[in-house]
Amino acid sequence: MESIFNIVPIQYYIFISAVLFCIGILGVLFRRNSIIIFMSIELMLNAVNLLLVAFSTYHNDASGQVFVFFVMAVAAAEVAVGLAILVTIFRNVHTVDIDELKSLKN
Amino acid sequence: MKTLIYTSALGFICMIVEMLNMRRYIVPVAVTGLAVIFGLNILDWGLAESHFNGMLVTDNFSVAFSGLLLLIGFFIVLLSGHFYKNEESKLSDYLAIILFTLVGALAMVSFGNVAMFYLGIELLSISLYILAGSKKKDLRSNEAGMKYFLMGSFASGILLFGITLIYGETASFSLQGIASYMTAHPSPSVLFYVGVGMILIAMLFKVSAAPFHFWAPDVYEGSPTLTTAMMATLAKIAAFAAFYRLFSTCFIPAYPAFAWMLSTVAALTLIIGNLSALHQDSFKRMLAFSGISHAGYLLLGILSLYGKTDQAIFFYSFAYAVASLAAFAMAIVVAANAGSEKIEAFNGLGKRKPYLAFALTIAMLSMAGIPPFAGFFAKYYIFSEAVRNGHVWITVVAVLASIVAVFYYFKVIVAMYTKESAETAFEIKPAYLLVITICVLLTILFGLFPSQLANLL
Repeated sequence: MESIFNIVPIQYYIFISAVLFCIGILGVLFRRNSIIIFMSIELMLNAVNLLLVAFSTYHNDASGQVFVFFVMAVAAAEVAVGLAILVTIFRNVHTVDIDELKSLKN
Repeated sequence: MKTLIYTSALGFICMIVEMLNMRRYIVPVAVTGLAVIFGLNILDWGLAESHFNGMLVTDNFSVAFSGLLLLIGFFIVLLSGHFYKNEESKLSDYLAIILFTLVGALAMVSFGNVAMFYLGIELLSISLYILAGSKKKDLRSNEAGMKYFLMGSFASGILLFGITLIYGETASFSLQGIASYMTAHPSPSVLFYVGVGMILIAMLFKVSAAPFHFWAPDVYEGSPTLTTAMMATLAKIAAFAAFYRLFSTCFIPAYPAFAWMLSTVAALTLIIGNLSALHQDSFKRMLAFSGISHAGYLLLGILSLYGKTDQAIFFYSFAYAVASLAAFAMAIVVAANAGSEKIEAFNGLGKRKPYLAFALTIAMLSMAGIPPFAGFFAKYYIFSEAVRNGHVWITVVAVLASIVAVFYYFKVIVAMYTKESAETAFEIKPAYLLVITICVLLTILFGLFPSQLANLL
């Protein structure tokens, strides 16, 4: 069977994942709304998942795809905890803007 | 392997005990369980085997660090019974989360596969996010939880991207596979170097090394003190052990390319940590900066890891852990009695409670690295390893930084012995007295006989 990497070379996958990852990083660094920061972190993790699947196919090795399941499960657990923390903050200060969080001295 | 499984089981047992309405037995059950697991862990000494297709490795390194982490977990559980007395209905949840944090830390010191390393680091971090934000009505705790969560998951994202790039290069997640790829291909492509660099940055985030340390003081200050103690001891030591295991098994050939980066980070961490600690008036925040500076000393051990520095790192972790636990236990006691976390709260403690003041003095002297306590030999081993591997200028920086450190540790001692305060009732629970006593005894014992522990590995 002809490999998919003859049509779309592996470099393209690396490139698109790196771009997605950087968009995620920029979102975390520059957005002030907590929910959008959470979404940016998810974008970073999804860039990783995409790249893992691409490498897994490239190497003909299933362990990369198994790792994607680990990443997805952990990301779900992580964001559940994050949203819970966000809810407690919202109950106390009625905003999700992280610039409002400065009761601890810097 | 047994250690990991039994500790997880103990976490579930804690929740079942609560369901059976036997709440007052939870802490005794957890303490006994951890003591038994500690014993079982020691029985694994000298084994060299791997389990679950190489996912977990049992060797002397993992047994030694698991023992240290179990000891820290034992102390934390002992303290938790009284610490959570106002939230008794949630005691089992807290204890279960503390034990699951310990499971994550144990996975981080005995992994044989990067997948296990990732799961361990996430188990540890997610449990700590919950504990950091666990005072729901307290905005400072909320804020600490949020900051810790954002920084932690950001670092995990970077870590994952690094792992993925290394997988792309080596087609393997197991440490063995990556190491044998490295021997077969001595000059890997740029992908590999970027991957190692990203893992390095993520680990520096996790151990709160400068310039990635900015989250640590806020998070440490805002979290409940027992959680801060866990972050400063359990999480930091597990992260350093994982750092050492990962880099010494797989990445030594790529290491020279990052030596300059690591030595700059270590120097920055030492300077920023110690100088910022000088002008803190909150005891907890001072301990946070002191924790950052201790990360700098431990980085010296990582920096020279192509020599064999696991002994030095283990001894330093041990000395740092027992001294910090004594200091954090004192911080909880003093904050409960004086209602303040400032250093002034310690005023006059030398007259009112001579024994406690003496114990805290020994902990502070050990952290400052003054002989004959364990902290002195810890610094001595780390510095001599660094010099032996040719990192002279960074050792000079570290020695100068440790002289600066003496000043802020003495600020507490001076407050206790020379300042006056109103005579008020001062109450301390037996569990706290026990933990402080054991920690101080260990500090003195391994200060007098350091080679017993240092030649272990």
